[in-house]
This record gives sequence, C-alpha cells and structure tokens, in this order.
Amino acid sequence: MNFSRSRLAVIGLAIALAGLAALSLMIGYVDLSPRRLIAGTLAGDLVPQRILLDIRLPRTVLCLAVGAALGIAGAAMQGLLRNPLAEPGLLGVSSGAALGAVLALYTGFADAFYLALPLAGFAGTAIAVAFVFALAGRYTGATTLILAGVAVSSLCGALISLILNWSPNPTAMSEIVFWMMGSLADRSSRDVGLALPFIAAGAVLLLGCGRGLRALTLGEDTARSLGIDLGRLRFRILVGSAAAVGAAVSVSGAIGFIGLVAPHLMRPLAGGDPGRLLPLSALAGAVLLMLADIGVRLLHGGGPELKLGVLTALVGAPFFLVLILRTRGEIP
Amino acid sequence: MSVLSGKNLGVAVRDRQLIEGIDFELRAGELTGIIGANGAGKSTLLKALAGLLPCSGRIMLDGRPLQTHSPSGRACRIAYLAQGHSAHWPLPVREVVALGRLPHGRGNGPEDAAIVDRVLRATDALGLAERNVLTLSGGERARVMLARALAVEPKVLLADEPLAALDPAHQISIMQLFAAKAAAGLAIGVVLHDLTLAARFCSRLVLLHEGRVLAAGTPREVFDDALLAEAFGIRALHFEHGGLRLPIPWQLTGKNGKPAGGDPVAGNSAAA
Repeated sequence: MNFSRSRLAVIGLAIALAGLAALSLMIGYVDLSPRRLIAGTLAGDLVPQRILLDIRLPRTVLCLAVGAALGIAGAAMQGLLRNPLAEPGLLGVSSGAALGAVLALYTGFADAFYLALPLAGFAGTAIAVAFVFALAGRYTGATTLILAGVAVSSLCGALISLILNWSPNPTAMSEIVFWMMGSLADRSSRDVGLALPFIAAGAVLLLGCGRGLRALTLGEDTARSLGIDLGRLRFRILVGSAAAVGAAVSVSGAIGFIGLVAPHLMRPLAGGDPGRLLPLSALAGAVLLMLADIGVRLLHGGGPELKLGVLTALVGAPFFLVLILRTRGEIP
Repeated sequence: MSVLSGKNLGVAVRDRQLIEGIDFELRAGELTGIIGANGAGKSTLLKALAGLLPCSGRIMLDGRPLQTHSPSGRACRIAYLAQGHSAHWPLPVREVVALGRLPHGRGNGPEDAAIVDRVLRATDALGLAERNVLTLSGGERARVMLARALAVEPKVLLADEPLAALDPAHQISIMQLFAAKAAAGLAIGVVLHDLTLAARFCSRLVLLHEGRVLAAGTPREVFDDALLAEAFGIRALHFEHGGLRLPIPWQLTGKNGKPAGGDPVAGNSAAA
C-alpha cells in the first residue's frame, strides 16, 4: 500500500518539478513573453537566446540540483542519526563550505579565477568532513558523530566570525554576508559544470543507502546483526552528503531549511521508510527550492533581489513550527 | 549438535573486563537460558556471540570460525533480538517484521510475505500488522520485535530479555513459542530474569557471575542454594511441580549466605 503511494508521490513530484522548471525558464527580470522567448531562441536571435540559455537555464538547473542535494542529504542524515531534527549541515558539511568560501572572499582568492569561490567552498567541506570523521572514529555511535559535527560546525562558525571581525572594509564584509545568505542569481553554466557532477555522484551514493538506513530503524546492534556494515554506511553517507551539499553550498551559499523540511513533508508518503524517503526527499527539495527561487524573482520590486536563503528561512521556519505542532506526540 | 559455540571468550572495554574465560555452547533443539545478576555480563556475552562486539577467544558457527562467515551469511544464520526493542520511524508493523528478511535479499517477495505472516501469527501479532510501530504498547512492540527476529528464519536465535515488557500471559506464550521453536530444531540462547520461567522452560541454563560462568547445566543443577546466594545474593523457595523444581526468589541473603532481615516463612522449601 505504502509502496504504491510513494510511487504515486514520486510521479506527482516529478510532474510538478517539470512544470516549475518550465515556469522558472519563463520568469526573469527582462520582460519577454514566453512565445517571443522561445521563438527568438529557435530563430537564433541573440538576446532571447542569451537570456534563456545563458541566464535562466543554468539558474533553473542549479536550483533543481541544489534543492535535490539538500533534500536527499537531509533525509540521509536524519536516517543515519535517527533524528528528525538532523539536517545536512549538522555534521559540518555546510559550515565547512561556508568557511572555505568566506576565506576565499576575504583573501581575494575568490577573484583569482572564475570558479575559485566554489572550489574554495568545496575544499572547506572536504576538510570539515574529514575532521568530523577523524574525530568521531569509525566505530562510534550516532551521538559521538553528532557531537563531532557540532564541534566542527561551531569552530567553522567561530572562524567565520573572526574573519568578519577582521574584514578590512565594509564592502568586503557585505560581500561575505550576502554570499552567506544564499542565492542562485547570476550563475552560469560553468557553475553548473562544477556542481552538477558532484551533486549527481553524491546523490547516487546516498540513493544506495536505503537498505542500510531501513535496517538502522531498529537500532545499531540490530542493523549490524542483519548484516549491515555500519562503518561503511556512515562513511558512504558522509562522503555522499559532503559531495552533494558541499557542491551545492559552494555555488549557492547557505540555504537553510530545505534539508530539514523536505524529509519531514515526505515521511508520511514514504510510509516512514527511511530508504523510500531518499528519492522522495530529493524531489521535494528540488520542488521547494524551485518555488522559493521563482518566489524571489516574482517578489523582486526593483531593489536588490531578496536572497534565496533568506526566503527559505522566512517561510521554512514558521512552516517547521507548524509541522512540529502537528506531529508532536507521534515522534518520540 | 553444537551450532554456535564460544571458547575462552573475553570482552574488555578500555580497562574493564566485562566477560572473561567463558565457554559456551548452543545446540540445535535446545533452549538455553542465560541468567545472572545485573552487570554479570549476560548482554555482553550475547552480543559477542552474535558477532556484534570484538572479543578474544574463538567463536564457531556451523563448524566454521564466526569471522570466516560473510556478514550476510552470518546474518542469515544468527538472529539477534536486542534489549529495549528500539524503533525510530513510524513504519507499519508488517514492514518492521519484513526487515528480518533483509539478509536473504530484498525481502519483499511473495515468499517473504508468507514468512512475515507466519511469524506474526506465531507471536500473536497478526492483528497489529498494519499499525504504526511507534504507537504500540511495550508488550505489543516486544512481540513484534520477536517476530522480526524469527522472520530471519535463523539457525540460532539470541534474545536479550525478550520478556522484559510482557504481562504474564504473554510471557508464558512467548516461552512456549521458544520451546516449540527449539523442539523444531532452532538453537536458542535467551537472557532471562525470571528464574521460575527459566527453570520451567529452559533445557539448559548458564549462570553468569562477574563476567564468568559460575555454573552451567540443567535448571535443577544450577538452581542450587549456594549458587543462587553467590550469584544473586538471594535465597529461593523451591516448588516441586510436574517433575520440575521451580525456584521462587524469596529473600536477600547477607554476605555469609545467611538470611538478611526477618524471614516471614521459616521453612526452607515448600512442596506441592
């Protein structure tokens, strides 16, 4: 019963995503009707072609990929830690990326070449996750892993504050702060080329964890007695989330709540199964971020664009509160 | 025939030796009770036998060292029923029980479904099949988790305090189920705190004390007054019924084995 329900949900979400993606290609700051946009692009007209293929298409593809990365990593993290409050950033993945990117902005390395900023973010993720893994060790329980993640995240946060504190001028500081708010504006196909392979590889790694996460529902000892290698499962999830979320944060900045809310929304449709939740949560994350990114463009009133991470937090936080109120008592 | 055996088993965590020098054997067709005071090492022994804890000594499963079995091969042969029956997500009971089929493959074929139905019926939990596992009472959850372990269709079942949350009727029915499963050829090792049920249903008992085997044998041999005093610090009344000698824990003993405090019943044993 639940299986067919989750399959229906996958189909419904995929259709919604396709519709939103099409809508996202049609919406932007240049007033061009969809008909003129498409006709102009097909006719090889330079302006519509540039707008569609160089501006809106990369933005849409990135939005889809980043949302899916946050959604699937959130589901995997909640399953691994058996905690509905876990989110992709809990183990230092996002804060590592943020620290790397902020360092790049502070030192000016970000301007060295086009992909310097996302690459620095990605390096930050890799270092942070390696740290967490070394700190927690291979055979410890979920609590130690969370503590190690929180410690590394806090350290990254402290270092970011230190950099802000030392930042030479208000311009550098505002650049850093704006980057941390998260946005998908003005991204190009080169950003897509950088992020997409890592997000895809991470998602594939995470999608293969369903069986282990399902067994882990009954606790670590029982999962191991069912033949699950927990050390390997944990390593796989950390590497998978680091690749997917690290790449996502590196190109988009910090975007909160998607990784927390998407698994929550989808859990009833997955029948509580943490394995089935993975693809559902990826799709839901993409749909949510697409909605938010269309939202920031529609809300644009001539001033600076509302940052994507600000909107997801503004909508996500109250929404999350409602979810907690509705589901309290069901979750231990 | 010995299915799972351990020789000179030891488990140490940091500087503490949890169990030491334990020889242990589970035979097909036998229900073996593992008893002992809190902290005696019962759960540690069970986990070591299940391959869940690194331990010294040698464990043989099906005539081969345990570590030479592949993880899935081991998981198909040994079912481990953990203490506390934790479950974390709102899965339907039927799917929780189907997790026991994981070592055998995907676990969602028609044959798997038939096995799940059978073990749910055996544990009197078929009526719970569509319920959310998080909404079950402690007793219901205990039965569902036992069904999950039986769904593995193992050669060995290691159960850590499976009776902990059960009412007397379900305690008896679960012990009857264990006895029937043992009679059908399963080798069962079960940690028990109820000495009376242990004496009634187990063919063999292993009494642990401070990480070592204090006694092993038939219930009649193990439930000796001196052994009970040493292992638990209690004195038991003994109740003879149907050829069984059933201990009823009665009072605490002092350090020297003498009764501590007043004894409302003067007699050392009651006979029926």
